[in-house]
Amino acid sequence: MRRIRILIAKPGLDGHDRGAKFVARALRDAGAEVIYTGIRQSPKAIAHAAVQEDVDFVGLSCLSGAHNRLFPEVIELLKEMGAGHMVVFGGGIIPHKDWPFLESAGISRIFGPGATVDEMVGMITKMAPDGSRLQPPAE
Amino acid sequence: MTALTTKELVRLVIDGNPMAVGRAISILADRRAGALELLGELYRYEIKGKVIGITGAPGAGKSTLVDSLIKAYRAQGRRVGVVAVDPSSPFTGGAILGDRLRMQRHATDPDVFVRSLASRGELGGLGPATAEAARVLGLAGFDPVLIETVGVGQAEIEVMGVADLVLLLVVPGNGDEVQCLKAGIMEIGDLFVVNKADRDGADRLMGEIESLLRLAGRGDEVSARIRRTVATTGDGVTELIDGLDALYCAYESDGNLARRRRSHQARQIKAHLVRELTLRFFDFDEKTQFLSRAVDSLSAGEGDPVTLGRAIIDEFVRWSQGEEDGAKSETHA
Repeated sequence: MRRIRILIAKPGLDGHDRGAKFVARALRDAGAEVIYTGIRQSPKAIAHAAVQEDVDFVGLSCLSGAHNRLFPEVIELLKEMGAGHMVVFGGGIIPHKDWPFLESAGISRIFGPGATVDEMVGMITKMAPDGSRLQPPAE
Repeated sequence: MTALTTKELVRLVIDGNPMAVGRAISILADRRAGALELLGELYRYEIKGKVIGITGAPGAGKSTLVDSLIKAYRAQGRRVGVVAVDPSSPFTGGAILGDRLRMQRHATDPDVFVRSLASRGELGGLGPATAEAARVLGLAGFDPVLIETVGVGQAEIEVMGVADLVLLLVVPGNGDEVQCLKAGIMEIGDLFVVNKADRDGADRLMGEIESLLRLAGRGDEVSARIRRTVATTGDGVTELIDGLDALYCAYESDGNLARRRRSHQARQIKAHLVRELTLRFFDFDEKTQFLSRAVDSLSAGEGDPVTLGRAIIDEFVRWSQGEEDGAKSETHA
C-alpha cells in the first residue's frame, strides 16, 4: 500500500496562487505527497513535470478564465506522453456552463469556490489507483 | 507502462523515455511489485556519471543554486538529473515537495529530469529511494545527477552515502560561522560554497572556512575547496562547476572515488540489512508479542531494558532457526 502523489499546477498567466497553495497544504495534511509547481506554467511544463514525478493526480488551478483552452491542452499532452491514466481535476473560477465541456475533454472533477477539502479528499480516495491510499498503514 | 517486463522497462530507461524513468523511480521508491527484479537489473549496469550532493541549512539557496547549475551545465551540453528530497510530515506522512518550483524553467528541456522525493520518515533521513533514483537517472544518461537534500540533521550525513562529491552551501549572516564548527560539518563537504556572496559578511565567512580547513591540516586544499556564488544571478556558478569537475578528476586519479563508491556500497547493503532485520523482527513480534510482555515486566518493576531486550533477541533467533528448520523439513517431505 503506497502513498498518493499529486501535482498542483497553475497553467497560464494567472498569478493568484492562494487557493492552489491552500489545496496543496490540505492534501498534504490528508497524507498525500504534493508537488507544487508554482504560477505561470505552460501546459507543456505541467505535463512534463507530471510525467517526471509520476503522479497519480494533477490538479489544475485557473482564475483567469483561460481554463477551456489550457485544461484540455494539459490532458492532450499527458496522453501524448503516455500519462493518460493520470486523474486530472480542476479548480478556480470556472463557470458551471463550462463544466460539461471540460468533463468531456477529460477533466474528472471541478471544484468551484465553496468546494470543501472533504469533497476533494473524497474524490481522491475514490479514484486512487489500486494499491495506493492517502494514509497507508505504517509498516 | 504496466504491461512492460522489467527488461523492457530498463531498455526504455536507457533510451531516456521520461515516463519509463519516472515509473522506474516510483516502482523502487514504493517497493511495488517487481521492485527487487528491477533493482537487480539496474545493478547489472555500471553507471559512470557523477552524483553530486547539495546540502545546507534551509534558506541557504539550494534550489536556486541547483537551478543555476542546471542552466550552466546545459550551456556546456550536459544532461542533468536532479533528485530533490523534502521532509514528510511526521504526523500525516504527507509532504509538500516544492523544490522543483525553483527549477521549472527547465521543465520542458528533455535533457533535464527533476524528481521530487519525500523522505518518508526513514530513520536517518534519506532511505534507499534517493540512491536508487540517482541510479535510474544515471542509467538514463544524466550526468551529473544532483541530489538536493533537506539540509537538517541526519540528511547531511546520509547524502555522503550516496554522492561522489558533497557540496555544502552556507550563507553569510546566518550564524553559519558557528554552524561550520559543528561536529562533522567540515568533514561532510568536499566543496564549501558561500552563497548570497553579495551580502555583508561573505568575505569573513570565506575566511572562517579557510581557517577551519587550515586548522584541520588541509590548508593546501583551500583554493580547491571554497567557492562563492550568487545563485540568483548565476554569478560564480561556472567557476563552481569547474571546481566540481576538477575535484572529481582528482578523486578519480587518487583513488578517492573508488574508495568512496565502495563505502557507499557497504552503507547501502548495511542499510538494507538493518531494514530487513527490523521488518523480520516486527513480523516475529506481531506473532509472539514478546515486546509487549517485556514492557509489562518493566512496568511491574521487573528487569531492565537491556536484559529484556537481549532475551527477546534470543527468542527471535530461536524462532528464526525454527522457521528455517521447518522450511527445510517441508522440502524434504
